[in-house]
Amino acid sequence: MEKYRINPDNGMEFGIYTLGDHLPNPATGERISVQERLHDIIDYAVLAEQAGIDFFSVGESHQEYFATQAHAVVLSAIAQATSKIKIASSSTIISTSDPVRVYENFATLDLISNGRAEIVAGRASRVGLFDLLGYDLHNYEDLFEEKFDLLRLINENEIVNWSGEFRKPLRDAQVLPRPVNGSLPIWRAVGGTPASAMKAGFAGVPMFMAHLGGAASQFKRTVDSYREAARAGGHDPAQLPIATAGFFYAAETSQEALKELYPHINEGMKKTNGGGFPKQLFAQGVDPHNIMNIGSPQQIIEKILYQHEVFGHQRYIAQIDFGGMPMDNIKKNLELIGTEILPAIKKYTAKK
Amino acid sequence: MKVVGLSGSQIGSKTRVAVTATLKAISEKYPDVETTLIDLADYKMEFSDGRNYLDYEGDTGFVTKTIMEADAIVIGTPIFQASIPAALKNIFDLLPVNAFRDKVVSMLVTAGSAKHYMVADTQLKPILAYMKAQMVQTFVFILEEDFYQKEIINHDVIFRLERLAEDTVVLTETFTKIREEKEAAYDF
Repeated sequence: MEKYRINPDNGMEFGIYTLGDHLPNPATGERISVQERLHDIIDYAVLAEQAGIDFFSVGESHQEYFATQAHAVVLSAIAQATSKIKIASSSTIISTSDPVRVYENFATLDLISNGRAEIVAGRASRVGLFDLLGYDLHNYEDLFEEKFDLLRLINENEIVNWSGEFRKPLRDAQVLPRPVNGSLPIWRAVGGTPASAMKAGFAGVPMFMAHLGGAASQFKRTVDSYREAARAGGHDPAQLPIATAGFFYAAETSQEALKELYPHINEGMKKTNGGGFPKQLFAQGVDPHNIMNIGSPQQIIEKILYQHEVFGHQRYIAQIDFGGMPMDNIKKNLELIGTEILPAIKKYTAKK
Repeated sequence: MKVVGLSGSQIGSKTRVAVTATLKAISEKYPDVETTLIDLADYKMEFSDGRNYLDYEGDTGFVTKTIMEADAIVIGTPIFQASIPAALKNIFDLLPVNAFRDKVVSMLVTAGSAKHYMVADTQLKPILAYMKAQMVQTFVFILEEDFYQKEIINHDVIFRLERLAEDTVVLTETFTKIREEKEAAYDF
């Protein structure tokens, strides 16, 4: 775990992620300017750090209703504005980027942040960026696998010799600068199905598992498949961290939490995904066995601890700001996390 | 209420004629219902490659978005080689897995032989059920002899299509009402 800068003795890490969406607030129908949204995201990271949160990450989406296409640049501003919190992408679409350039960016980010940068590499759920950035969608899987392998090779070796299908070979290529401790934690983003988790496992790569909703036990199969595949691939699962990522919202009561969050998720998903979130499924989100962390602080503590028991994961990251969530609500959530949720989670999961 | 009539073939006229007749029956009886005909013969559709339907452009994007915005869909299908046409299956492949959630789907089938009567039950309904459609269980099965010069001449078929039109609208109204009541009860 050391290689990934995680010390399980300190308890499970708690993080925040944003997709960098830029959506109207459904209560008012109004949308803040993109400039304001970017500054809000930077403030969000600063406030998360002040609340004692371990990790903050920003995603990359190249389509309407998103603001952080240049996520590495946003992360750089966050690096400068913070001093302790770990920072990462969630995720970097490695398929449509040059791994050399991505590594240069994130190694630089690691130097600026004094060793706090990580990369989470994903494949993108929407595919407009293939046209925009000049790649062929027919190579969706192959592009990811090849570029992800190259990214990891660069991480392990300062001098790289490599050849592949989608870019010119590298001959004794030196990729600079190098990160603070020689290498970066690089994770594979997994959409929640066992098949995708197994790819991460076979390669011995830490897994970032995203989940929308449903029974936590359902995702246990994905986690088990990941660890089994890791073992089959000759890796020690005990040395491979797992992170989970999903919706989070805390309020005084679960009913208030549902009320305040639902319109943002439903309307936001309609715009970004082409279909809303059914109320029936959302209402089940407060159940102790549901993976969505929605409810009162005490309910959320119990949910997260239950999930920790089921998955044995090292990090949980929360998405709070989706769908034009006002900053005031975000601040209220950060306060509840900092004062009630985080201390309880650390208390019950720390080994010392 | 938005009802889309989907004529699921790139060739032939009978399915289009029957779907058009059903939409006409809907408009006549329910003037407030907005009806749209999508005849796949009029559009140049791409094959599904798994992307989100919002990411398709041109005709493919137009057709998928129009279907997704509908409250109810009247699917008309001919029978090719004892099954639905590839053009219609491609529509299903282009849409998300939950595409028909909170939508009513009704069916009419035009066939060259009565031997194909079970095709809708054994091949079309399972797809619609998987995609979470609320189905009008009774579909209308129409044979070649029921048409003459691009018109339906069998009055029994006309009556059945009128009932299909009515059932489609009534079921959509009913499920919308049930859903609204259920959603209001959640209090969030």
